[in-house]
Amino acid sequence: MGVLEHKFQDNIVVASVDKLLSWARSTSPWYFQFGLACCAIEMMATAASRHDLERIGMMPRSSPRQADVMIVSGTVTLKMGLRVKRLYEQMADPKYVIAMGSCATSGGPYWKYGYHVLKGVDLVVPVDVYIPGCPPRPEALLDGLLKLQEKIRHERPLTRKTGT
Amino acid sequence: MVLNIGPQHPSTHGVLRLKVKTDGEIVSEITPIIGYLHRCFEKHCENLSYEQVIPYTDRCDYIASMNNNFGYVVAVEELMGIEVPERVEYIRVIMAELNRIASHLLALGTYGLDIGAFTPFLYMFRDRERILDLFEMTCGARLLYNYMWVGGLSHDLPVGFVEAAYDFLDYFEPQVKEYNDLLTYNKIFIERTADIGVLPAEVAINYGVTGPNLRGSGVAWDLRKAEPYSVYDRFEFDIPVGKGLVGSVGDCWDRYWVRVQEMLESVKIIRQALQKMPSEGDVHAALPKKVRPPKGSIYKRTESPRGDLGYYIISSGKPVPFRIKMRSPAFTALCVLDEIARGWMISDVLAILGSLDIVLGEIDR
Amino acid sequence: MSQDIRTILKKAFPAAIVEQEAETEDYLEVRPGEWFEIATFLHDTPELKFDSLQCITGVDWGPEAHLEVRYNLHSMEHKHKLEIRIVLDRTAPEVPSVEKIWRVADWFEREVYDMYGIVFTGHRNLRRILLPDDWVGWPLRKDYETPETYHGIVVPKIKEEWE
Ligand code: SF4
Repeated sequence: MGVLEHKFQDNIVVASVDKLLSWARSTSPWYFQFGLACCAIEMMATAASRHDLERIGMMPRSSPRQADVMIVSGTVTLKMGLRVKRLYEQMADPKYVIAMGSCATSGGPYWKYGYHVLKGVDLVVPVDVYIPGCPPRPEALLDGLLKLQEKIRHERPLTRKTGT
Repeated sequence: MVLNIGPQHPSTHGVLRLKVKTDGEIVSEITPIIGYLHRCFEKHCENLSYEQVIPYTDRCDYIASMNNNFGYVVAVEELMGIEVPERVEYIRVIMAELNRIASHLLALGTYGLDIGAFTPFLYMFRDRERILDLFEMTCGARLLYNYMWVGGLSHDLPVGFVEAAYDFLDYFEPQVKEYNDLLTYNKIFIERTADIGVLPAEVAINYGVTGPNLRGSGVAWDLRKAEPYSVYDRFEFDIPVGKGLVGSVGDCWDRYWVRVQEMLESVKIIRQALQKMPSEGDVHAALPKKVRPPKGSIYKRTESPRGDLGYYIISSGKPVPFRIKMRSPAFTALCVLDEIARGWMISDVLAILGSLDIVLGEIDR
Repeated sequence: MSQDIRTILKKAFPAAIVEQEAETEDYLEVRPGEWFEIATFLHDTPELKFDSLQCITGVDWGPEAHLEVRYNLHSMEHKHKLEIRIVLDRTAPEVPSVEKIWRVADWFEREVYDMYGIVFTGHRNLRRILLPDDWVGWPLRKDYETPETYHGIVVPKIKEEWE
């Protein structure tokens, strides 16, 4: 929300518009279809028949420029880490990152001997929601996404109060 | 012109980058760049005990974890000379074949997705979920199971599994017809895949291509029949091979079709295994106290859904393996891409790539 | 491995086959020098016809010892198999490439090069395959040290208290 940021004072109109904006944004965060490893299969399973991500307003986009949320689903290696960073930079503001699975959170099972594994995607991009599990069940991913939606709903983009 | 596809691209099945040299629309050279998912599997093996390696084999080919476990434990058991109980063998076969169906469903579904058919993907995932339910019932995990142990299994089958498995098979068999209607004999699908990316048998063998890709080229080579391991020699099943029903032998459609037929063969095997399985038996009976194979080495291959999955294990007599090398079938399948995709259009490259059914976790390890 | 293959090979390449103590062992140790000719022979001779190369494994026997490459061959026609081992010097490991005979060796050899630094002479495109091109060191050698950083990204070292 770069253009509108700090241009307004807190009054009754702005506050309502603010609320409306964040509500609208929270119900349709489009995610970046970007699979890395085993967790990506669970992400696909979540998006497919049984769990159906679209019912909470999340739609896969293939291009980073159209996406709001990047779900880092899987092990990030050093070779890939630089690309993940670039993809993140290509996304338009406001943008959110979800670290799905223990690999994206901390390196997971590859923590100790993985000479080529990035120990947590938060070393290269800021992360909003961490989802534990190896792999997290679709329910866990859904829960994480709902948490993210809650976070977006509490944001006040015009007056820049960050959410919970 | 040089075109970069990936490492992030919806149809590259993970983090694969293709450097495509094109002449207009025609591809003149493809250089696959891999390693974006290199997770140091072999280094981990040298630092962990034999039992601890099993979860890591899960994570190599995450679509067919049971088959990976299977290959590994069979290799270690042969190195140690362990005889496993009958019941364990049958349960392993059932699990491996169920996982084969699940893996093929995913492969076919995403293949449809690559070509532009979204609906079959949803249908196939719906049925795949039912297999995952069976797995979850057995060992509590949906994707990465760590179910097969050296000398046994982590759990016995739960109460009600056999009935649930029969239920699933009865449900699944008619579904295949639905897939055929939706995708296999779909006019557009045939147009996109028939006669595209023909892989001749000699080329396939020289490139070490195995599994459904090789069988699609008309070579009836299946390790379950050729070098039977476990109890595979006790089942009746056929090896489907590509016949060029809508195009020439070894094209994308043949590779796809072989996978569809293989699912039906797997159903056959599971039915027989459920029937013949001894109802009593302790799955922990043959678990060794210490997994410590004698000095020596072994190269053992098994048939995973993608082809010959080989483990080369060198033991130095310690509880930690000295060296484990995994020969993954998808690695060789991707190797042949350059050879068969030359001269085709860019859009065909993705059709060819999808038909090879690669899993990046296994290629990069 | 049947005894015949050994006999055939010994007759064709008397100098290149290393004598083994136990003749029953199911592998064959050859010297690196003539490996390409042996491989061609294995592939082309009708009664051997090893048309498929299953796997190439690199082995490091420790910082004081040698490196080794192992080839697992298989014949689709005769259904026999063979394991070839080649022992290499640690300081200058070089072995002829067989990439022209079995095309699959192209990637297998690149992988072994990537992990062990074994040079396959005659390979047309010997680059790193899994690791990035600017990576330093040979990770699967036993004396490998994990680097501290890569392009400014920290690679945390093993911390024992994390156990
Ligand atoms: S957290 Fe587990 S399931 Fe997810 S990518 Fe890592 S190893 Fe795979």
